[in-house]
Amino acid sequence: MATMKLLINGQSHRVDADPDASLLSVLREQLDLTGSKYGCGEGQCGACTVLVDGKARRSCQTPVSAVSDKPITTIEGLAKGDNLHPVQQAFLDEGAMQCAYCTSGMIMSAVSLLSFKANPSEKEIVDYMQGNICRCGTQPRIIAAIRKAATAMQGSRS
Amino acid sequence: MTTRPQVTIPIEPERYELRAPACYVFESNRREFFKFLGAGVFIACAASRGNARQESGGGRRNSEDSLPKDIDAWLHIGEDGSVTAFTGKVEVGQNIRTSLTQAVAEELKVPVNSVRLVMGDTQLVPFDMGTFGSRTTPVMNLQLRRVSAAARDVLVDLAAKQWNADRARLTASDGQVVDPQTKRALPYGQIVKGQQITQMLPAEDPLIPASEWKVAGQPLPKVNGRDFVTGKHRYPSDQTLPGMLYGKVVRPRVFNATLVSADTQAAEQLPGVTVVRDGNFVGVAAPTSSLAEQAESLIHVQWKAEPQPSSTELFEYLKKNQLPREDRDDGPVTKKGDVQKALAAAARHVQQTYNINYIAHAPLEPRAALAEWNGDQLTVWTGTQRPFGVRGELATTFHLPEEKVRVLMPDTGSGYGGKHTGDAAIEAARLARASKKPVKVIWTREEEFTWAYFRPAGVIEVTSAVDANGKITAWEFHNYNSGAAGIPTYYDIPNQLIEFHPVKSPLRQGSYRGLAATANHFAREVHMDELAHAASIDPLDFRVKNLKEERLRDVFVKGGEKFGWARPKPKNHGYGVGGGYEKLGYVATFVEVAVDRGSGDVKVQRVLTAFDCGAIVNPDGLRNQLIGANIMGLGGALFEAVEFENGRILNNHFASYRVPRFRDLPPMEALLLDRKDQPSAGAGEAPIVGLAPAISNAVFDALGIRLRGMPLGPLLVSEGYQLS
Repeated sequence: MATMKLLINGQSHRVDADPDASLLSVLREQLDLTGSKYGCGEGQCGACTVLVDGKARRSCQTPVSAVSDKPITTIEGLAKGDNLHPVQQAFLDEGAMQCAYCTSGMIMSAVSLLSFKANPSEKEIVDYMQGNICRCGTQPRIIAAIRKAATAMQGSRS
Repeated sequence: MTTRPQVTIPIEPERYELRAPACYVFESNRREFFKFLGAGVFIACAASRGNARQESGGGRRNSEDSLPKDIDAWLHIGEDGSVTAFTGKVEVGQNIRTSLTQAVAEELKVPVNSVRLVMGDTQLVPFDMGTFGSRTTPVMNLQLRRVSAAARDVLVDLAAKQWNADRARLTASDGQVVDPQTKRALPYGQIVKGQQITQMLPAEDPLIPASEWKVAGQPLPKVNGRDFVTGKHRYPSDQTLPGMLYGKVVRPRVFNATLVSADTQAAEQLPGVTVVRDGNFVGVAAPTSSLAEQAESLIHVQWKAEPQPSSTELFEYLKKNQLPREDRDDGPVTKKGDVQKALAAAARHVQQTYNINYIAHAPLEPRAALAEWNGDQLTVWTGTQRPFGVRGELATTFHLPEEKVRVLMPDTGSGYGGKHTGDAAIEAARLARASKKPVKVIWTREEEFTWAYFRPAGVIEVTSAVDANGKITAWEFHNYNSGAAGIPTYYDIPNQLIEFHPVKSPLRQGSYRGLAATANHFAREVHMDELAHAASIDPLDFRVKNLKEERLRDVFVKGGEKFGWARPKPKNHGYGVGGGYEKLGYVATFVEVAVDRGSGDVKVQRVLTAFDCGAIVNPDGLRNQLIGANIMGLGGALFEAVEFENGRILNNHFASYRVPRFRDLPPMEALLLDRKDQPSAGAGEAPIVGLAPAISNAVFDALGIRLRGMPLGPLLVSEGYQLS
């Protein structure tokens, strides 16, 4: 066990955990941040995706000690107060969910993509999102939501 | 106002998992609604035993004790005008929380956001058999419309009394009763103030016809969508209780193993760890999941098991291992005319065999349960499509009366027919009883792929004949193991012999979206294509020629027009169609494939599915389900298959069991035929059945190679092509 400092959604947390424990287990079990999901524990499905330093990371494959002191964003920290992030809003607008268990991971991956590719092509979206599984088959709407969010975010920048 | 449509749907003869015994053998009284919700108006039904058994029968294991003893309350209107509806149906992504809310809002004339649905809480909702068989829309939607219409009548009555006005001129709209003559309006909340009224549901009450719907029929977005995009919603695996422990089960390496010995000493030394050994069950509970994993890894168990069949010999095994007659519980054999005579007399006949592999549901949220004991009272939060069924399993397993068990089903991370059983609930409850603390069990992905159940594999043999005019004269169809759902042919054939042959399944098998309808439609629709070619008739024309059912002809014809079936196709492209009738829905799916002769790549270029499920309750939700079914169906059609060997699953990870991903998806289109004159039917299952045969038939059209099994991909590999 070790005591570590985690910077999550702009807040600092001290946690006592096995340094090899996954970031996902610490988020869910110690900090009650359950928006990040367990889907496979092997980095194969993307349900656990969070942002570390602004980039998508599979939290089930990330030892908690590796992200100590790095800024972490989870789905719970994406909205600013009542204002949803444009990607969240676009998922709502496009109805881009069914059971929605994959949704938080999809949104976090999409936010990461749009952070370095402001206007991705459909192929770029598909390639980037390949690691995220939606078993309900909502992928076409997820692609549409990401395109919509890209447009909205570009509009708000200009 | 119109008469109420009458809907009867046979409950499928196959419910494998209900026949399975509980997975382990071990050594609140009726709701008080007014206390729970305060004053107001309730709409209730006398618990009709006949109906309850039909719709909510609870399966073979549940006795009469499981039926409600008093009344079933379905709807409550509170003093603040809030509306609460109660249903045993559950939300697993099919968006029925939204479509049922629309039903209530429509008939009760209230804003959508004033309606709250309590779903799948066995202590609060009327008894229900479960959420499967596409029954929510035809049965529950109708039921909630009826109770909402009754509630509206009560409110109008009360307002008429209060105003001493003629009831006939009063109307209800937007959560209030209005008197157009005096321009007075009374909000529902005020009408029910101080009242404690329980109104029984009248036998007949006119409903608003679909052609006049204002809220139903609209593309209402998911009612609690915001909770999902913010991560706020708590799925079963997200549930917590103070002092909760994490549970883990020690699994054998192979199926059907018996425990010989277990060394649990090292695990028991760990701080705060409880170890349970009870019969074949060995499990641990620990303050953190990592400690639970550690404890589990320290337990050494000896198991013994007999040799078991493997997937390489699956289809021969299924043919050789039919259940003896007396153990069989299959539907009746369909016999019509004289098949043998018709075959002998026919101009052309075709005989072929189709093989269907086992596939896994792989819901993204694995099975999960949180269990808590208060004395001998057990409460379990779990993701199941059968909360009352799981309550029954828990009561049986722990030797409790069902009143002592409460099962709650938070909106869950999908099911697809795969979450009918209460395995995780029983495991969590057993560990909680031993540790005297609440325990949560979440299955790993590997456990989900191994210890859940599978869609049945099958072998289907079809023999048929066609006359010189292109009319089918004989149809003989034998299905070994995969099931009887969707087995009758909807084509107009005078001589038929159709039979389902149950088999001693080598794997645990059960429900899956569409049940065996996918397998039976695959065999039937590929065979139809073979027969059309034997008769030298266009496959779409051949179907239409042999169909009498007008709605089914419509989806084939209109789908074909929209798809452009008659248009010439590019060189090396092929068209295929497959469709049918399932769970009150009419479906036809059209596929175009393109062949690259150089690389050998065969690609599904586009998919169009035409669908008629009566009056559409929510076109947006319907599209989501229909496209979703096609995407899910693409996996079973092209590449999904469970591989197993001597009691072990060989591909029990997402790295080895391929499911459809973003790169796998061709453009998909939905053609919705909104039949406002017909009762609304469900759409979770029927749209999945047409895709696989349509792809197979399109491949034949392009290449002249006939693929007679699911998945198709490996069959084409042996011909030197890659299908994607």
